Amino acid sequence: MITLAHFLTLGAVLFCIAVAGIFVNRKNVIVLLMCIELMLLAVNTNFVGFSRFLGDVDGQIFVFFILTVAAAEAAIGLAILVVLFRNRATIDVTHIDRLKG
Amino acid sequence: MTFELVCFYAFAAVSAAAALAVISVKNPVVAALCLVLTFFSMACVWLLAEAEFLAVALVLVYVGAVMVLFLFVVMMLDVDLVPLREGFIRFLPVGIAVAVIMLVEMLMLIGVRSLRLEPIADPATSAGLSNIEWLGRTLFSEYLLPFEIAALILTVGLIAAVPLTLRHRVGVKKQSPGRQVLVRREDRIRLVKMAAEKPEGGSP
Amino acid sequence: MTISSTHLFIVVLAPLLAAIVAGLFGRQIGRAGAHTVTIAGVGVSCALSFVVLYQLVWGGAPVFNENVYTWFQIGSYAAHIGFLVDPLTAMMMVVVTFVSLLVHLYTIGYMHEDDGYQRFFSYISLFTFSMLMLVMSNNFLQLFFGWEAVGLVSYLLIGFWFKRPTAIFANMKAFIVNRVGDFGFLLGIAGVLMWFGGSLDYATVFAYAQDPANDIGAKSVELIAGYPWQVATIVAVCLFIGAMGKSAQVPLHIWLPDSMEGPTPISALIHAATMVTAGIFMVARMSPLFELSDAALSFVLVIGATGALFTGLIGIVQNDIKRVVAYSTLSQLGYMTVALGASAYAAGVFHLMTHAFFKALLFLGAGSVIIAMHHEQDMRRMGGLRKYMPVTWITMWLGSLALAGAPGFAGFFSKDAIIEAVGESQRSGSGYAYVCVLVGVFVTALYSFRLLYMTFHGKERFVVDAHHDHDHGHDDGHAGHAPGHLAHAPKESPWVVTVPLVLLAIPSVLIGFLTVGPMLFGDFFAGAIVVREANDVLARLGENFHGAGAMILHGVKTAPFWIALAGFAVATWIWLFNPGIADRLARTFRPLHALLMNKYYADDVAQKVFADAGVRLGRGLWKSGDVGVIDGAVVNGSAGLVARLSSAVRALQSGYLYHYAFAMILGLILLLGGLWWSVTRMAA
Repeated sequence: MITLAHFLTLGAVLFCIAVAGIFVNRKNVIVLLMCIELMLLAVNTNFVGFSRFLGDVDGQIFVFFILTVAAAEAAIGLAILVVLFRNRATIDVTHIDRLKG
Repeated sequence: MTFELVCFYAFAAVSAAAALAVISVKNPVVAALCLVLTFFSMACVWLLAEAEFLAVALVLVYVGAVMVLFLFVVMMLDVDLVPLREGFIRFLPVGIAVAVIMLVEMLMLIGVRSLRLEPIADPATSAGLSNIEWLGRTLFSEYLLPFEIAALILTVGLIAAVPLTLRHRVGVKKQSPGRQVLVRREDRIRLVKMAAEKPEGGSP
Repeated sequence: MTISSTHLFIVVLAPLLAAIVAGLFGRQIGRAGAHTVTIAGVGVSCALSFVVLYQLVWGGAPVFNENVYTWFQIGSYAAHIGFLVDPLTAMMMVVVTFVSLLVHLYTIGYMHEDDGYQRFFSYISLFTFSMLMLVMSNNFLQLFFGWEAVGLVSYLLIGFWFKRPTAIFANMKAFIVNRVGDFGFLLGIAGVLMWFGGSLDYATVFAYAQDPANDIGAKSVELIAGYPWQVATIVAVCLFIGAMGKSAQVPLHIWLPDSMEGPTPISALIHAATMVTAGIFMVARMSPLFELSDAALSFVLVIGATGALFTGLIGIVQNDIKRVVAYSTLSQLGYMTVALGASAYAAGVFHLMTHAFFKALLFLGAGSVIIAMHHEQDMRRMGGLRKYMPVTWITMWLGSLALAGAPGFAGFFSKDAIIEAVGESQRSGSGYAYVCVLVGVFVTALYSFRLLYMTFHGKERFVVDAHHDHDHGHDDGHAGHAPGHLAHAPKESPWVVTVPLVLLAIPSVLIGFLTVGPMLFGDFFAGAIVVREANDVLARLGENFHGAGAMILHGVKTAPFWIALAGFAVATWIWLFNPGIADRLARTFRPLHALLMNKYYADDVAQKVFADAGVRLGRGLWKSGDVGVIDGAVVNGSAGLVARLSSAVRALQSGYLYHYAFAMILGLILLLGGLWWSVTRMAA
């Protein structure tokens, strides 16, 4: 039987892969954004799993909203990326450090 | 080892492998496509969890809209591929270490409690509703306000994306309605009084 | 009749008010206004002091001892302002105000061309107020207030010409040496408060000391374990240390010669007649306490005797006319202290009074000479002035005769009484003291007449420049004149200068004759001065006293007279007839001469050992403590620490997204770990 642990484990694995991706990718802002989407996916999976195994619809509704917001955030993030590339001609994350202390 | 479980493992393996590929391939286009694969397999997993609407929504919204957007941007940006891989090897050990530690911790937490949680009967089918109806009922009654706010967020995001990337091109002819409306009659027409010209004798 | 407290208030406050007016409104009221208001204030004080004296001595008024104002009260201790007016106080009041009045008058002439005219009058009036508060006080706290106040005004006046570096050095020296004495004084006052009944009022303390039930004489305390000291000795010695500072006893005498940097009127008022006698007055006033401790009185005796002889010796070789008189003052203060040490308090106070008159006279006379010589103070450039300044000459002679103890003059009675009292005393140290005071008589005569001969007699050692243009704005220098050259011939000083001289010469001659009987051998000081039976040397002397005239006749047969005569003879032979001998003697005894000229190197020791060490300590503390620790470590250090911490923390804000994400992930890991740990604990 598929237990809740399966879903949660899958979510955990995806999340950790995404975390490693953020840390490892120094040169590509696009991959960074993709890793963020991966993280959101992992979280969504957790919610779906809980919704199924606890019989509560709130989990799925939450996923619905996360989907919405993630879409909006992806759009804005990419718009920023475009403008950044226009101004800096690079998507190297190590060059985006103007806000440092 | 039921069929379900086998399917689950298959789809899970595919999505994990695709996720790994996303973060490790050189070409960002390939990475975006791998991400698409990840989303697809996750949608299948969600189907296994009897969240049909969400699975389809994932494919439609995420893959269909967001990933397409990603691909647009990736291809538009004309990125130089060579320097992208520098530093990858340097930070890999730390990254792996951090991810592994986190995974271990999460698994231990998960394993402690919920390993034995069996799936109960699907409440949607037991209520005689389809998944989408089940979702819809709650969404449009209890969660109406968040629904509207989500719509608002989307609208704001749409509007925000436009001025963020707006740039004024030089030398393009366009109209400015604001300035058109501000025009005054005196700026365009000037009436001059003239004596009517009448030739001597008859008309031509 | 009774003494009215209103009179006492006026006596004290009139000079204060005058000082305030002259000080704050000096420019508005002008020079004439300043001297008028201050002379009026001190004049009123003087007149009322005489009235009070009359009331006490002839009018039979009871002693006045009342508190007029309570300043504060803490627990069982209350601090008052009060007046104690008994014959001792009344005598001091009269002396102080009389000499002060004459000095005020004299100043009109002496400071005539000085810019700080009004300031000077304000200061000397302020001094009069402070001294009166000191002598009229009825408790230790007010005494200390007056004590410090006179020290302050002395500082202000010594440094009156504040633009002179030597004056500033001198006034700091005076103040700091006084401070050393005041430290002991404060310890003494604390001891009184602690051991003598918990009060600082004279009446309470003296009653406690004399009450046999308390047996305070036997009480001792161990300040250092294993060495018990009598409480009375400790207190008396500490109080006397204060007197050593104020009355310039060895070794705290070093400030007085330097104080001659101030104008001559204040040398007369403060450093001859009044302030330096505050210590003597204080010991006399505290006679009930001192009588409890023989050890302390021996200490006083030895210190006084040392000062009497050795400072006088320095006076023989001084060439500055004011310095000679200054060392003479030091020597005579030693005599007064010797009298106190021999338990002959009345004799000490009597000598205080006579000394006030003739020493003030000598100082003012010296000032008159200095004016005439256009501020030339070196006696080697004087000589033969008696032709030009007869009044000054005669009054100086009278003063010097009084100082040397010529029979019949005031000084004779007081000095003879002291010498005989010391001879009569059995106290340990009295033998040494007797020798010192006898030799001191010779020395006194020697330097007194040396001064007279060098200044007024003999050949003129100055030259009057014949052609001269009149634009010397002098005051503190004869710029443009070579030493020994004068612009004009010296002439007698104006009346404002000579009248005080005459008015001081009269008591110098007469006062001893008139008052020796009642003061020393009568009951003038009864109640004010307490002497134990066993110590009462004056009572034993009094058995042989048959009146002032008989004392004169007796005096010419005693050793002091012949010694003084010998001194007079030697001085006359050397400085009047054979001045060259003095130089030859100086060359022959060069080491001795050098020792005297350098004042036994006492000043140098004090400067190098104490003053320089203090400066070095201060500088060291400044460098290491202030700059190093406080500025460096605490202030700058804390700022630097904050800066370093914040720059370390700033490194966290790298601007890199992946660093921030990593930080969040680390936090997440920690959170998960904590959650797991708490879950396992709960499950267990």
